[in-house]
Amino acid sequence: MIKINQISKNYETVKALKNVSFTVDENELFGLIGSDGAGKTTLFRILTTLLLSNEGSATLNNINVKNDYKKVREIIGYMPGKFSLYQDLSVEENLNFFASVFNTTIEENYDLIADIYKQIEPFKTRIAGKLSGGMKQKLALSCALIHKPKILILDEPTTGVDAVSRMEFWQMLKRLQTKGITILVSTPYMDEAEMCDRVALIQNGEILSIDTPKGITNSFPYKLHAISADNKYQLIKDLRNHDNARTVFPFGNSVHFTTANNNLNEEELYNYLMTNNHTNISIIETTPNIEDCFMELMKPSRG
Amino acid sequence: MKRFLSFVKKEFHHIFRDTRSLIIIFGIPIAEILIFGFAINTDLKDARIAILDYSKDATTQRLTNKILSSDYFILDRYLESENEIEEIFKQGEIKEVIIFEQNFGKKFEKEGKATIQLILDASEPNTANMLNGYTHSIINDFVQKENNLNQHNISIIPTVRMYYNPDLKSVFMFVPGTMAIILLLISALMTSITITREKELGTMEILLGSPLKPMQIILGKVTPYLILSLGNVATILGLAYFVFGLPIEGSLILLIAESTLFILLSLSLGILISTVSKTMQQAMLISMIGLMMPSMLLSGFIFPVENMPDILYYISFIMPPRWFIDIVKAIMIKGSGFDLIWKETFILIGMTMFFIALSVKKFKIRLE
Repeated sequence: MIKINQISKNYETVKALKNVSFTVDENELFGLIGSDGAGKTTLFRILTTLLLSNEGSATLNNINVKNDYKKVREIIGYMPGKFSLYQDLSVEENLNFFASVFNTTIEENYDLIADIYKQIEPFKTRIAGKLSGGMKQKLALSCALIHKPKILILDEPTTGVDAVSRMEFWQMLKRLQTKGITILVSTPYMDEAEMCDRVALIQNGEILSIDTPKGITNSFPYKLHAISADNKYQLIKDLRNHDNARTVFPFGNSVHFTTANNNLNEEELYNYLMTNNHTNISIIETTPNIEDCFMELMKPSRG
Repeated sequence: MKRFLSFVKKEFHHIFRDTRSLIIIFGIPIAEILIFGFAINTDLKDARIAILDYSKDATTQRLTNKILSSDYFILDRYLESENEIEEIFKQGEIKEVIIFEQNFGKKFEKEGKATIQLILDASEPNTANMLNGYTHSIINDFVQKENNLNQHNISIIPTVRMYYNPDLKSVFMFVPGTMAIILLLISALMTSITITREKELGTMEILLGSPLKPMQIILGKVTPYLILSLGNVATILGLAYFVFGLPIEGSLILLIAESTLFILLSLSLGILISTVSKTMQQAMLISMIGLMMPSMLLSGFIFPVENMPDILYYISFIMPPRWFIDIVKAIMIKGSGFDLIWKETFILIGMTMFFIALSVKKFKIRLE
């Protein structure tokens, strides 16, 4: 269990974290979503005892990260942002080294890493620097797990990894969760939020919202329409110029659109787009996904 | 202990898989010794000398023959008077003039004492010193043999004059200096780089976030360099001894012990540098400019400390290599025992403890 209580952190004049508080329950898969520079890494470094907060406190399994940092270091598995492996050591040597750092052996906790490590085992004599992004990620995860940590903290593990490997990776986290590990993971990809039990959205060092993915999508207060036409770029421009437009975000092949009075007259909009020479126009009401909600939350408040 | 060993093993993997590290650790010491060594050696072969013989007797002839039969000297010409000396030195071909006094042979046999004057072109001080040394040993050898032959106790007193650089005091001995610089290079520079490399790659984050103690991280990182540096001491001494015939007059064990002390000092400097630098480049700059350069210039390796302006002279006191070079010179060349170098040794021990204490204090248990 991770308890974060009113944590603030300043780098000289920049406030990296402002009064951050939340709790990750025992055995939960908790996601921290935010763009680059939102403060995710700073928060993780405070939790992994690598940085001290200016204000506030945090405990991991009721152990204080500041006063009992040595005990915290025993129970956490940490995977920093870059896959911090020794590029000139082979897969096996990396794993052996990290095992010995934690006074254990690969064999001892093999069952925990087995289904991850099996995928990279055929390349165990290969130098880590020559692995693909997905394989590096798996090796880094194996290294972070080698000592059977109670809490796993992963800083953007899926950044720079292809879509298939990302999916696989989340499946692995789900399986690890069944083994009783509490997992806190950060990502800049909003679509990954749906894989978590609960997510927190962080922006400019502030937590904007904490909820289950479902709770977040249910709380979306506006009617949402997916609009598409042949010229997407022009479509976005014209929608933004529409009198009733509130938000216009491109999403996949269509554009997600909300209105200021929350009441879209489809026929009027269709005609508006026709007069602006759009072809193949389609306007469908759709349910908001997590990305829509985050875009909504991250909108700078007006006034 | 297992932790520590696997750390050391990992560190050796880093070193042996990186060509640049290998070149620095194994290539540079050998290259440097050979370059310094042969540069001096070629100067010494076939030096041109002139002889001014006021006596012209059998003894001077025997001694002249002995000097010329060595590999080091070639007779350029006989001189008739001292007035010519100035002129021939200016021409620059002749490096040494040997003057036998009048009635050299008679004095040698009757009084058991004769004077020989050596005048050297000291514009190249190292050459002059070496030539002087060789001439001396040839003369001594000659005297010894004569004594054995005649059961006499006679001597030749050489008086030496250094032309152009009369105050010349330093004995340019490249081995102690090179040893100091190479040990600094490998121990301080390489250690500081290898520790900052972990910071730069982000692996330090994992190491710090693990239950490893800072001391374990540091010891694991520096032990391989201690071992490799000791290997280099052996290489340097081996080359000096077997290739250049440099004797080791004093105790080899003492020499190795003092070298180990200097390696520890350099390692602690390397650790200190790594604690204050964030990137490998920074560590390299601090090591090269902040440590290596002053060490080369102010330690007496290249410029004798006695000739420095007061300020630089006193700055040289805080240069660790200065003391180490003194120690190595004393042991290798003078054959001194610990009783003569205890002062320098304690200075080095003090510096080592100071730097270790400082780096332990500066080493961060967190990222900032």
